[in-house]
This record gives sequence, C-alpha cells and structure tokens, in this order.
Amino acid sequence: MKPTGVAGAARQAWSSRNVEARSSVRVAVIVALLVFVLFGLPSLFSLYYVDALIQVTIYAIVALGLGLLVGRVGLFSLGQAAVLALGAWVGARLLFATSLPYPLVLVLAGLITMVLGVLVGLPALRLRGLYLALITLMLAGAITVVLASTNFPNGGHGFLGYNGAFIHIPAIRRPSIAITDPAFFRYSVVVAILMFLLVLVHLRTRPGRAWAAIRQSEAAALAAGISTTRYKLWAFALASFITGVAGGLLAGADRYLYSIDFQTQDSITLLAVVLMGGAYSMWGAIVAAVLMQFLPALLNSWNVSPDWLDILFGIGVLQVLTTAPAGIVDQMPKDIKRLARFVRSRVRPAAATGGSG
Amino acid sequence: MIEVSDLTVRFGGVTPLDRMSVTFDKGTCGLIGPNGAGKTTFFNVLSGFVRPASGTIHAFGEDLLSMVHFRRARWGVRRTFQTEQAIEGLSVFDNVAMIHEHSKLSRGSRRADTLEALSFVGLDVDPDVKVGTLGAGNRRLVEVARAVVGKPRVVLLDEPAAGLPDRETDQMGDVIRRIPDHTGALTILVDHDMDLVSSCCGVTSVLDFGKLIASGPTAEVLRDERVIRAYLGTEPVL
Repeated sequence: MKPTGVAGAARQAWSSRNVEARSSVRVAVIVALLVFVLFGLPSLFSLYYVDALIQVTIYAIVALGLGLLVGRVGLFSLGQAAVLALGAWVGARLLFATSLPYPLVLVLAGLITMVLGVLVGLPALRLRGLYLALITLMLAGAITVVLASTNFPNGGHGFLGYNGAFIHIPAIRRPSIAITDPAFFRYSVVVAILMFLLVLVHLRTRPGRAWAAIRQSEAAALAAGISTTRYKLWAFALASFITGVAGGLLAGADRYLYSIDFQTQDSITLLAVVLMGGAYSMWGAIVAAVLMQFLPALLNSWNVSPDWLDILFGIGVLQVLTTAPAGIVDQMPKDIKRLARFVRSRVRPAAATGGSG
Repeated sequence: MIEVSDLTVRFGGVTPLDRMSVTFDKGTCGLIGPNGAGKTTFFNVLSGFVRPASGTIHAFGEDLLSMVHFRRARWGVRRTFQTEQAIEGLSVFDNVAMIHEHSKLSRGSRRADTLEALSFVGLDVDPDVKVGTLGAGNRRLVEVARAVVGKPRVVLLDEPAAGLPDRETDQMGDVIRRIPDHTGALTILVDHDMDLVSSCCGVTSVLDFGKLIASGPTAEVLRDERVIRAYLGTEPVL
C-alpha cells in the first residue's frame, strides 16, 4: 500500500531523506578510505609491502574487468591474465619507443589492447559458458606462447623492441611525478579510481541495464530489443580496455618485464579470486586483488611457500560455489552480524543477572 | 492485423507447427490448445527465436520473418514469458524504461511513458525497488508493463496468469482487456484458464498437435466438438 495523506507524504519525505543521508555517509566513508589509502597506507608499510600494494592496485583493475564479465554479463573468460600481458607489452613498447606522457601511454595501451581483445573475442563471443571459458583459456595459452618467443621490449630496436641482452637493460620509465615506489603506488591508485568510475558509469546507465538483462536471460534481453551480441562485445571491449591500462601500469611498476612472469594459469587463479572476492560487487575486485597479490607477499615474508595459496583458493572457490555465491564481500558483513548477535546473546543474560544481584 | 499462412516449424522429427494459417484481426485474440499444441512455439516464431521451415507472417503489412529478433522488439513485437522474465537485478522503473530505451521512441517521453505504463497495470509499489524483492503477482504486472510501455504493435501474453490466485487473475484479466484500447496493439493471449480467455477475447483460435483446428468467436469455439475432443480426448468417458 502506498502511504496516503499528510502523514504518508511526510513518511515518504523522511524515508527519501534517510536514503540520501545514508548515501552521503557512504560517499564520505569512501572518500576517507581513499585519503587513507593515498596518504596513510604507503607510510605504514615497508617498501617491500608498498611494492605488493602496487600489484594489488593493478590487479584490482584486472579483477574489476573480469568481475564485470563474469558477474554482470555472465561471460566466463579464462584469458584475462593474457590480456594483461598484452597491455603490458604494448605499454612497455610505447614507453621505450616514444616520449609520450605516461597517462597518454596508458590510454593508448588500453585502446590497443581493446582492439586486440575484441578481435580475439569476436569469434569467441558466439560461445557460452564452458565453451567460452575453454576457448579463452586456449587463446590465453596461445598469447603466452607468442610472448615467450617475442619477449618483452627491453630497449631494443625494431617492432618487437627486444635485443636479447641480459645486462645493461634500461628500465621502463615511470612518470616523473611517480618515480619512487610510494609515489607510483599513489599514481596507480588514482588510475584505478578512474577505471572504477568508468565501469560504474557503465553499470548505472544503458549498458549496465542491458547487461543485467543478458545475464538473467538472453531471450528476455532479445525480447526487450537488446542486441545481445553488441552489448556482450561492449563488455568485452570495456574489460579489455581497463585491463590494458592495468598492463600499462604494470610495465612501469615492474620496470623490467620477462615473459616468464606471465603464466597461463594466472588467468585461472584470477577467476578463482574474483569468485571468492565477489563477482557481483565492485568491492569484490579489491578483495580479489588482495587475495591474489598481498597474501603471497605476506606468506613470503613469513617464509611460508605461497604455493599453499593454490590449495586455499581451491577450497575458497568450492565454498563460494556451494554456500556464498556473492563472495566474501557479501558473506563477511553477514558473518560479522551473526557473530555480534552471538556475542550479545552471551553478554546480555550475564549483565541481566549481574544487575539483579 | 497479423496474417499467418502455411507456417510450419520442424525440430528434427517433431513438427510443433504444421501448416498453420490464421488471421488475428484486432483487439485481444485468444490462442488455446492442450499442452504441446505449439502455442509457445508460435510465439517464439513471432519473436524470432525459432526460424520456421516454411510459411509467411505479415504483421500490419510488414514481413515479420525478414526482421532480426531484437529488431522485431524495437519495431513493436512485445511479449511476456511463460516463466516470468522481469529482470530481477533492476528496479521496477528500469525494467520498464529499458524497453522504451531500446525502442525507436524519443528519450524525452521515457520517464512519463514508463510511469504511465506502471499506473496502467495498476502496480502499487515504489518504482525504485528491485524486481527481485516483489511477489509473483507484482512481477507479472511488471512484465506486462514492459510489454505495453511506449508504442507496442503486437503484445504476446504467454500464460500471464499462470499460478496466480483468483483475485490477482481477475486483476490481470482487467489489465489485458484494456490493452488494445489503451495502446492500439493487437494482443494475443495464450492461457489455459478458459474463464480468463472467455472474458478477455472476442475471438479465439485453437491449436492441437501443431494444427489449427478452430478459429472464431470465443463462445462458439469453446462449444466446438473438435475442440472439446482435443482437450478431453476421443475415448468416450465411462
């Protein structure tokens, strides 16, 4: 029933004010968090961990792209780590070959990766589910093989920019305002924020609505007049673009790129952590990146082999698929609430008996 | 007006539609038949999800079969599904507005047309709530609002009242009866509820095993011996 009369109108006004207040609190929390991440976080950690945080930031963008494909559109891609490698290659090549400003290189790396990703994805998008996953995994394998033979640019000449040298290799340049690791971390966070905003704008507008329809049912989407091929391709292009930008960042972050660092199985790990973090939420991308890039750094510093994580991720994915389809970002708040309720129920009777005595 | 002639659909060895020829003139037309008669297949042909083996369909002079599925929706073929398909993750408003968004209508009228469609179906909920939080009856109403928003030319309703309690079925019937006058669209109703079909449709066509066995004024069709036989079988009772 719709509330009627003055009381109803007042209640409606109140509830909409309440919603506004809540959303402005939310914005304030996010801004505070960002300020802390940008200015507090790097000084709290040693350079070792700042390096890990840069990787977390970059992989958050990659996870965001995969989360978009898996969670919003329902496209299971197992090739995103290879797309990242493509972006890194293009970024590195441009940084050696040109003196273009870094942001421009990032945009170009994103655009070129987008074109490559779409060309590769075009035939693949006719497939769905398991078959799409398989074909993207094979393409990722193919890209890895090609990159292993061409190698990453290291200041050499020609199209490939590789000179076979192992010593006296020039480092890939960084933006002049972000030479040190903490500065590069801040730079990466700003780029990541822009990528998150880009995706958010898409989700809130026409393509986001079309993707929601496609995810639920392609028949329903077609019956709504949506060209499903076009919007799936759009999602693929957007994910490739931001992953390419992430690759451009990675080139500057690592400074020296080797093809051995890009493995086909990274794509599988990526899908695992995206599912664990939560594919339906943008926060899930950050959790996924922490799982994939910060946990190994932590284990390394404790002298524990990060290989254990493969087992942990396996269990994690199993848990997500069986009990928590929306991942950690959805499950954690619920668990905390449940824990709080449990603690309160334990504390309250004790307090009551204490008060009466 | 929709003119169907010699429409045949084959799935391997099965022929769900067998040389179906029928004309749906105007208003709300019924399409009934026992389970497996080919009613949903016919809707799927109209929507473009199934390509017929032969036959033609002309809707208001337009050759429907030459249009790609999603363009038919933009042109004005709207439908609801047997298992309701309102988009759970979107708000009630967005669900209806997205149909408008992908039609040829101007952006300026989107908000007004969407709210108008919601009030037409009598949906009494906050347009900003997610469809996933609504009950079955209201979801069906959202789906009908999606089918009537803007300028539909053909509205296909596939068992819109299936599983609804009597009171909500009556409400749905009331909405269906008003669709042709309100939107100008030709409406085709598939349902097993004969009370609903009788109360909504002036004319009704009957399919049985993919063949059109009767077509005409609803009351006459429902008394037709062939129709009764199709529903109850040829074996004498007792």
